This record gives sequence, structure tokens and C-alpha cells, in this order.
Amino acid sequence: MTDIEKYILRIADTTLILSQRLSEWCSKGPSLEEDIALSNISLDLLGQANGLLEYVSKLNGEISPDEYAFKRDEREFYNFQICEIENGHFGDTIMRQFLIDIYFKLYYQELEKSKDETLSALATKSLKEVSYHLRHSSNWVIRLGDGTQESKDKIQKSLNNIWKYTGEFFEMDELDKKMLEEKIGVNNKNLKKDWDKLVDETLNMAKLKRPEDGYMMTGSRKGIHTEMLGKILSEMQYLPRAYPDAKW
Amino acid sequence: MQEQLFQKKIDAEQKIEPKDWMPEGYRSHLIRQISQHAHSEIIGMQPEGNWITRAPSLRAKMILLAKVQDEAGHGLYLYSACETLGISRNELNCQLHQGKAKYSSIFNYPTLSWADMGAIGWLVDGAAIVNQVSLQKTSYGPYSRGMIKICKEESFHQRQGYEIMSEMANGTKEQKEMAQDALNRFWWPSIMMFGPHDSDSPRTGNAMKWKIKRKTNDELRQDFIDKTVAQAELIGLKIPDPDLKWNEERGSYDFGEIDWDEFWDVVNGKGPCNEQRLNHHIKAHEDGEWVRKAAKAYAEKQNS
Amino acid sequence: MEATIWEVFIQSKNGLAHKHVGNIHAEDKEMALQNARDLYTRRNEGSCIWVVKSEYIVSSVPEDEESFFDPSNDKVYRHPTFYKMPDGSKHI
Repeated sequence: MTDIEKYILRIADTTLILSQRLSEWCSKGPSLEEDIALSNISLDLLGQANGLLEYVSKLNGEISPDEYAFKRDEREFYNFQICEIENGHFGDTIMRQFLIDIYFKLYYQELEKSKDETLSALATKSLKEVSYHLRHSSNWVIRLGDGTQESKDKIQKSLNNIWKYTGEFFEMDELDKKMLEEKIGVNNKNLKKDWDKLVDETLNMAKLKRPEDGYMMTGSRKGIHTEMLGKILSEMQYLPRAYPDAKW
Repeated sequence: MQEQLFQKKIDAEQKIEPKDWMPEGYRSHLIRQISQHAHSEIIGMQPEGNWITRAPSLRAKMILLAKVQDEAGHGLYLYSACETLGISRNELNCQLHQGKAKYSSIFNYPTLSWADMGAIGWLVDGAAIVNQVSLQKTSYGPYSRGMIKICKEESFHQRQGYEIMSEMANGTKEQKEMAQDALNRFWWPSIMMFGPHDSDSPRTGNAMKWKIKRKTNDELRQDFIDKTVAQAELIGLKIPDPDLKWNEERGSYDFGEIDWDEFWDVVNGKGPCNEQRLNHHIKAHEDGEWVRKAAKAYAEKQNS
Repeated sequence: MEATIWEVFIQSKNGLAHKHVGNIHAEDKEMALQNARDLYTRRNEGSCIWVVKSEYIVSSVPEDEESFFDPSNDKVYRHPTFYKMPDGSKHI
């Protein structure tokens, strides 16, 4: 696998696995309106994943987008670990979405400047969707944070619990550095300052307390995941793996 | 006097709007019919939503997700139309949870394989389309406009289903068996969707007089069967009805007798998934209570 | 606990008038706009959305129909087709 393929798979897998988690909300939302909103976000992310996987597939020349999605094992997936944790309650899902939406916004804004035209175009398209998602998730963070005492307690806990997964957003390993050098990739470390600022803005409006930085989960860039990913993939990949000759 | 004017409007194919005078029977019939329709869309999200995470290709996943999202949307259009008749969505939810409201019995069957996604799109949405096209001309304005919007969106649903069935019927041996099995399980429940025989349907009289309904149960059922048999034959699948036969004189298919015991059992709560569907709906509603309360509390703080 | 209902009006294309499409539930105007967008513009049917709390809609009632609208019916001289133009006249 070439460097650029591996690099693109990180964001492709992130959007794919997050989309998969969000799709589990179907028919379980706190209102019909939210059911539609969450499946709308899931669909957008799936579209982003599809666009990115089609590009990797084109670069690779042999493996199809579906094969990337349905035939790789856990150790070959490079999504952020934050995507694979369980949905929990609505507050847990919203807090995760909020934190990653801000990351996506900043990441795609930088990826737009990529020397790689396809990545740049994909970033531009995705940015429109991300700004809508962020509007939705930040609105909810504020309403839950500044709603009832019960909602405040719940969403504060969501924030505290998920904080340790946000470190991965800003890591720079050898591959990141190489892609940055070639003016294809993004300087993730540089995103942190703006990410902090935007997160704090909303947390203030939501009257929530930003958690202290502590131990940060890591490893997804090397294909190291939580125990959750295996279960997601078992479910997601079951049909194509059970019927390898079938076309769907 | 008002009743006469009302009936005159109906007979002249004019629409009745929310602020118009209407007989209490007309209002209550509509509330029951529209809410049943709305509940069906929402409950229908469950059997289909069951397979989103297991869709076998990226394209299939996208399409199914979009379809189920549409169902939620359709439910919302219909609840919205129903609310214009003076009942709240909350009350409608309560009726559903207390078992006082019905929804299409087809959704009380489980989805056991991916081919069921094909069968549901093709047959269930197909049956719904036959019914809905007819309802576009219903006399109540908001309901009619809702149906027109829904019909525009519905046709991709049926195509999605038929495409799945067609691919599988022409795929591997296992795929073909899966597709035939799905058809075998969903055929009879699909034609049961049109309800009891006209002769056993006491409300049909008023519904036709008030132009709430434009065609009878049996008419719609025959319509659906005539359209669908050819579609099955085209892709090499067999309808599980030994009495199915083309009747040259009528220009329609003769078909076997429906198992009315099964029909009434499932309608009355004794189907394979009735309890599961309702419990799922109740749980989602209860789990979301704290969220809805928070939204309201936040809004009140802004207004004060 | 009843949710608040909002009526939704969509302008499908720049230059056209907003059209009423139905209603949605939401607790505040920001969520109302989002919910309306998600429900009514999935197929690109909109360039602008208005949401108005249902309680603020003022409607004429059917009883008014005759007195409100009939009088305009017999003033045919308000319509251009009422007038006879000489044959051959242009731009008028």
C-alpha cells in the first residue's frame, strides 16, 4: 500500500465507522425530527467515505471501494478510536459528534489547500456538510448543557468520558509528516489551537466545564483499536464475507 | 344545512380544509386513517432499519439509509396533516403505545435476510403506492397534499426493492434461494395490507361517500396483484399461490383465498413482532424524554 | 408536555414566492429552521426557509369567504380580457 493510500484511508475509515455508528440510531431518536437529523448526518458521512474510498481505489488500481470497506480486518482500519465507541445515550452521541465536527471543519479547511486536486475537491464538498453538522451538534450541546439539571449532568459526564479520545485528532506520525512535506496532507498539531478555541466557545455557552487533559487514547494510526471495532466490523462485513462470490 | 353544503363540496371534488365545518364522523374517520398511516411509516422504520448496519455494499447502505429516512419524513408529513384536525402528536403517540391505534400489519413480520429488504421495497412499498396514488385525490386538503408529496418520493423505494430482488434472483444459487424465500414470506402479508374484503369492511361506505377513500380494498388489491405478477415472472421468481391464474374474461388474475385468521390475529396484536415493535417505540420515546425536556427548558429560558 | 408547532414556508428558487409545505415540531427558532430543512428540503427543493410559530398565523374563516372574496368576482373590469382592442394593435 502506498503512503497516500494509507493516508486517505485514515479519514475514509473515520467517516465510514462514524457513519455506521450513527446509523444505529435509526428509529431510536428522542424525536422523529432527531431521527431524521442523525440519519442525515450518517448519510453525509457515508457519502464522504464513499468518495474517499473511490479515490483510494482509483489510485490502487485493483481493490474496489466495497472491498476496502468489507474485506479488511480490524488491524487494517485507521479510523480514530472515538468513532467506534458505543453510541450511549443521545448526549453521548451529540458530544462525540460536536467534538469531531469541529475537528472535521478545521481538517477539511486545511485539506482544501492540498496539492492533490481530488482531495482538495473532496474537502470542499465535505465542508458544506460539516458546517451543517456542526450547527446541529453545537446547538444540542448548548441546549443540553443549559437545559435542565438532569441534562446538564448527563452531558457533562459525556464530555468527561469522551475527552481522552480527542488526543488522536492532533497526532503527527511519520506518515503525517511525510504527507505534509509533500503538501498533500494536513498539519494536525496546528489544528489544536483553533479546535480548543471553538470547543471552549460552545462549552461556555453550554455552561459546561472543559475536562482536564489526562491520559489520551492512541494507536489507530497503527491499526490499534478498542474492542468495539471488531464487533462493528463483524456486523458490517458479514454478508460479503459469508457470500464472497455474490454481487449485491 | 351545513352537512348538505359539506356533501356538495365533496361531490364537486372540492377540498375540505382545516377550518371548514365537517361532520364529526368525517373528522374522526380521518384522524384514525391518517394516524394509522403515519404510525405505519414510523413502525416500518424498524424492520428495515434492522438491516442498515448489515447492508452488503456501500451503495446498498446509502440507499437503505435514505429510504428509511424518507419513511420518517413521511410519518412527519402525515402527523402534521393529522394535527390540523385538532389532535396532538403526543395524543397520537399515546394511542399507539396503549394499543388503541393500529398500523399496517405487514410491519409485524420480522426481516430475516437481506432479501427481505428487496421484498419489502418491491411488495410493501408497491402496495403502498397503489393505495397512495389513489389517495392523492382524497377530499381532505392537507391529507391530499401530503399524499402527493409522498408519492413523488415513494417510487424510488419500490425500485430499490425490485432492483435488489432482480439482482439476487439472477445472482448466485444462495442469493436466488434467499430472494424466493423472502417472496414466499412476504407475499400474503403484502396482499393482506389492503385490508379485509369490501363485504367485511364496515367503514368503507362512509369513506367512499366522503371521498376519503377513492377505491375499495378489493379494487386496490386486484390492481396490485395484476401489476406485480408480471414483475415476479420477469425476474424468474414464483408467487407462492397455487391458485393464481390469469382470467381472460375479467382481464385480471384470479388468486387464492387469504388466511383471514392470520390476518385478524396479526391485526389484533398476535403477530410475531407486534410486542417487539411497540416496546421498541415506547423505549425510544421514554429514553428521549430528558432530551425533549431539556430543549423545552432551554427555549423557556430564552423567552423569559 | 406538548412540543411547539411551527408552519414551514419554502422558497424553492430565487425569485419565486414562499410556499406553505406543512409543519414541524421544535422548541426554538434555530431548531425549527434545522428541522424544517431536514424534513422539507432533502431533495434540493429549497433556497430559503421561513418558519413561523403556528399560534401566530392569522387566518380568514370559511364564514368570511362570501364577504371577503365574492365582491371581487363581479368586478370583471379589473381583468385585461374585459377590454376590446382594435385589430392589429400591438404592445398593449
